Amino acid sequence: MKPLSELKLKVLDLLKEDARRSPALLATLLGVTADEVSAAITELEEDNVIVKYATVINSGKLDDEKVTALIEVQITPERGRGFEAIAERVYLFPQVKSVYLMSGAYDLLVEVEGRTLKEVASFVSDKLSTLDSVLSTKTHFILKKYKQDGIIFEDPEEDRRLMISP
Amino acid sequence: MTVQSQQQSDKSMLSYLAPRVREIQPSGIRKFFDLASGSKDIITLGVGEPDFITPWHVREACVYSLERGYTSYTSNAGTPELREAIAEYLYNGFDVKYDPKDEILVTVGGSEAIDLALRALIEPGDEILVPAPCYISYSPISFISGGIPVEIETYAKDNFKLKAEHLQAKITPKSKVLILNYPSNPTGGIMTYEDWLPIAKLVEKHDLIVISDEIYAELTYGGKHVSFASLPGMKDRTILVNGFSKAFAMTGWRMGYACGHPELIYAMLKIHQYTVMCAPVMGQVAALEALKNGLEEKDQMVESYNQRRRLIVQGLRDIGLSCHEPQGAFYAFPGIEATGLSSDEFAQRLLMEAKVAAVPGTAFGAGGEGYLRCSYATSVNQINEALDRMGQFIHKLKQG
Repeated sequence: MKPLSELKLKVLDLLKEDARRSPALLATLLGVTADEVSAAITELEEDNVIVKYATVINSGKLDDEKVTALIEVQITPERGRGFEAIAERVYLFPQVKSVYLMSGAYDLLVEVEGRTLKEVASFVSDKLSTLDSVLSTKTHFILKKYKQDGIIFEDPEEDRRLMISP
Repeated sequence: MTVQSQQQSDKSMLSYLAPRVREIQPSGIRKFFDLASGSKDIITLGVGEPDFITPWHVREACVYSLERGYTSYTSNAGTPELREAIAEYLYNGFDVKYDPKDEILVTVGGSEAIDLALRALIEPGDEILVPAPCYISYSPISFISGGIPVEIETYAKDNFKLKAEHLQAKITPKSKVLILNYPSNPTGGIMTYEDWLPIAKLVEKHDLIVISDEIYAELTYGGKHVSFASLPGMKDRTILVNGFSKAFAMTGWRMGYACGHPELIYAMLKIHQYTVMCAPVMGQVAALEALKNGLEEKDQMVESYNQRRRLIVQGLRDIGLSCHEPQGAFYAFPGIEATGLSSDEFAQRLLMEAKVAAVPGTAFGAGGEGYLRCSYATSVNQINEALDRMGQFIHKLKQG
């Protein structure tokens, strides 16, 4: 894959901080034209580098708290397709938020979200564990999220600097 | 109470003060700070320090050193490791070579370095040349050292560069020291190699010593900072002052340094050892870590400042203020003369009516009238909001 241009990398950095920044604002920040920024964004979207503009939610602030679990899954890879086939079976379930192939003590790390603890537990026992190539699962429920996608969930501290200084 | 002690207590305490201290005026920044700190929901463009926190690994290095019990004095000039790292940093970054053994002195902030330099050099009545508008401390500390500060005007039409003819006009037989501060607080002006050459000629011709405060050296956009000490023949005439506050977001650590001819540094070291002894050891540990492993983070911070610089300059121009393009530091210095208000009046009304704090140009000397210092060391959202409020304020002014 071709390395991304400097402009595209800078656009990505700025959008990672805040996806709602307009091309006009990005253009001013980067000292280029809005057209150049728009073209870069279009290409990034077309090349599937920017996949989605999502909102990071601090779920601890919501009343209807969902339950999230990280599940370590050990599997037997399939002849010819390795881990791909089973990974696909797993990630197609709508409850599954993310799937990673891992090195180390287990093969897949699966993030599952449900409304209740029971709902997640039954997904693991009924759907995941019963797949033919799944050897074992180990479920860890997330108790509290402190940081996600580089964003710390603690309420931001006030600016400690003096209001006016030399 | 005896009659004598009664008479003594009736005497104003002010009369005990040294006249030159009594005569110092409180800084315009202090006055404005008092005004701003009583207000609420303010967006501030008034701060002269990074909005980043010192990088974690730098803080962690300090914490770890404390855990291991590094709490004693260091040698007066600073730890040899730190002085060596400073020498290497200056050589790699700015083409100036200093011997860590006797040409570098670690100080409590750049401010101490400037104070030491002036106290080491100035005899009562010597004149100290200072391009203005300038950092608020230069004139008062020149005065405290017994010297007479002489301001040299710089102008927006010259992008606030120091011009040789303006310097020449202020040189007298009493001129001894020239204080330079480029990139400049508050104007954001910088000097290129070509800009420096005629200044260096005058410095040599009139046998001046230069105190070059290069605290904003790393915050130079679109070109490399040229240290005055790197000019031909200028190293021995220059006391280069720098520090960690601005480049590494370490204002509260108070870590700075001075570099120069061994005899000058030795004179400064004598005052330093009898006053502060040495810079705090924990700060020195942190500073060493910043130089060894913090250059990448520094570059990222500089990139962010550069982006915000473009935003604020464009924004100020869009709302109808004239603004030269600052090439360094993190301040925009727009002209507000067209509004018909004085700098003080404009800044006060902006604070009260639009809830935006910025510093009136007059805080930086007489040449600052007609200007406002807006720091862009704050988030993009805050800058946008401040510009919005300023735009509405100016619109209201125009409508009368």
